[in-house]
Amino acid sequence: MTEEKNRVQFLSGNEACVWAGIHAKARFFAGYPISPATEIAEICAQELPKHGGFYIQMEDEIGSIAAVIGASLGGLRAFTATSGPGLALMQENIGYAAMAEVPCVIINVQRFGPSTGIATKPAQSDVMTTRWGTPGDHSLIVLAPSGGQECYDLTFAAFGLAELFRTPVIVLIDAVIAHLREKVTVKTEEKFFLINGDKRVLRVTGLVHDSFGYSSDEPEVTEKLITRLAQKIEGHQMLLPRPRFYGSERPEVLIISFGISARAARQAVYLAEQEDLAVSLLELKTLWPFPEEEIRKIGAKAKTVLVAELNRGQVQREVRACGISPEKVRGINKIDTTVITPSEILNEILTVIKND
Amino acid sequence: MVIPDYKKYLAGERLPHIWCAGCGNGIILKALLIVLAELNFKSEEILLATGIGCASRAGDYISFQRFQGTHGRTLAFVTGLKIARPNLRVICLIGDGDCAAIGIGHLIHAARRNLDVAVLVANNLNYGMTGGQFSPLTPTKSLTSTSRAGKLGATLDICRLVEVAGANYVARTSVFYHGELRKFIREAISKTGFSLVEILTPCPTYYGRYNKIGGPGEMLIWFRDKTVPLNKYLQMNPEEQKEYFWRGKLVERDAPDFYTRCKNGGGPDD
Ligand code: SF4
Repeated sequence: MTEEKNRVQFLSGNEACVWAGIHAKARFFAGYPISPATEIAEICAQELPKHGGFYIQMEDEIGSIAAVIGASLGGLRAFTATSGPGLALMQENIGYAAMAEVPCVIINVQRFGPSTGIATKPAQSDVMTTRWGTPGDHSLIVLAPSGGQECYDLTFAAFGLAELFRTPVIVLIDAVIAHLREKVTVKTEEKFFLINGDKRVLRVTGLVHDSFGYSSDEPEVTEKLITRLAQKIEGHQMLLPRPRFYGSERPEVLIISFGISARAARQAVYLAEQEDLAVSLLELKTLWPFPEEEIRKIGAKAKTVLVAELNRGQVQREVRACGISPEKVRGINKIDTTVITPSEILNEILTVIKND
Repeated sequence: MVIPDYKKYLAGERLPHIWCAGCGNGIILKALLIVLAELNFKSEEILLATGIGCASRAGDYISFQRFQGTHGRTLAFVTGLKIARPNLRVICLIGDGDCAAIGIGHLIHAARRNLDVAVLVANNLNYGMTGGQFSPLTPTKSLTSTSRAGKLGATLDICRLVEVAGANYVARTSVFYHGELRKFIREAISKTGFSLVEILTPCPTYYGRYNKIGGPGEMLIWFRDKTVPLNKYLQMNPEEQKEYFWRGKLVERDAPDFYTRCKNGGGPDD
């Protein structure tokens, strides 16, 4: 970004995430190079020191998230960025942040997996890993931008949510959005309140602990803690970004999608509307906690629900679990490293409507 | 010696502790608290960062700030914390498995960065909390629950390792030498930059029992007899050296610490 005063910028998704962090007063980034997330570390290394912040390159992703948690406990708003293999390494300490209630933001740029997979090709197959990658019952927040503007807005929001809920927040993007350049309006004037970093005695552990921070193995203390950790997030979903709904209220076909696939779905629904078809789209912004209520409400009115995603049906499974009758739900899935196109979704819509 | 009032740093209401009778961890904790009292730190100026293992439970028995990380990662957490709070005096108390096996990468890099932290390694020569398995610091030939016929692998000298990596202060002693222990801890905490004190400490429940050394008392005597001053150790031939632990100060220097370099450089650093 050349001139910071310009409110409208031409940014890639990765760049938008960094500027959201800087504008949200994040002043600490720890990372480890990994495609397709590396630009986030590169720009942080360049820009954070200019804004009074710190960039540190750690020895691995385990160390990166650990340093982020340490900095956050010390009162700096902190974040890291990675991709599948790095996310796998971070999982133990993501669980630590959930257990010890340390705010932090992790940008996960999804690439094709499992394992090293294809480092430069997109996928949307970390949906479940972000939710259940760390062992034990816990809750955390996962946001899913579908383009440059949302990379900025949702990453910006992520820092506030991380502190409000005292939890790790994962911003889940993918290799396409990360490198796609788009017009992004930034909010350099926004006020932001820092709530962490006060002077109270720090007593932090990943062991089950009482409210003073001392470890405990009492059944009552344990149950109370685990319930509260889940409830504090799951019981306040209205404070998280809600899904965006387009199109007919009583659709023949409802598309549910997120991230890059939602972009294709938007175009497909637009094209279907030109044909006067009753079609609508529900774009998920918060993936976890899963927006069950909205999906149940809108899904009940739809004749067919199509879930478009670059994986073998991770979100589709959750949609079924919302209580929508299983025979109504189908997937549009791609696992060949290419993205879903608008015409592929439109063809599915036409096939469904023709067969009805 | 007049013992200063170290009890203000102790969370008396949390006692009794979980350590076995005759364990050396209490001796280490007391030595640390006495040093903190001598240096007269305020509670909010100091933080005890621990890992996972017997020694790392010390955080549950102190009244001042405590951070307990995940197994092996404590120094990585502290790297971030020290950037956010450069003036906080961080003492890191971790075991031999924690720092020399699972966490050795972070140990080397924290020393290489010359992170301003005092690392106390409670080396009880095995994994106590999980029932007495060998660690990289367990002497070769030792009997443990995972080396019933004697450990085959070589023993690692983490003191020499962090010296090469760039630590400002490195020393080793045993809980048997309580005066020396307090002196090393005091020097380590007072030093700016990375300092490490390896503390040989008895685990009578596992290491002592498996290796037929005897109870807590016999173990202390064993540590007395098994440790030799560094200069004497260096005169021994390599075969003889294998039978002993050296003790003493290995290095003391004043290279600029990580935060100072980072600030002066004004830019990114690793
Ligand atoms: S197992 Fe060993 S190190 Fe652990 S508390 Fe018992 S004696 Fe101490």
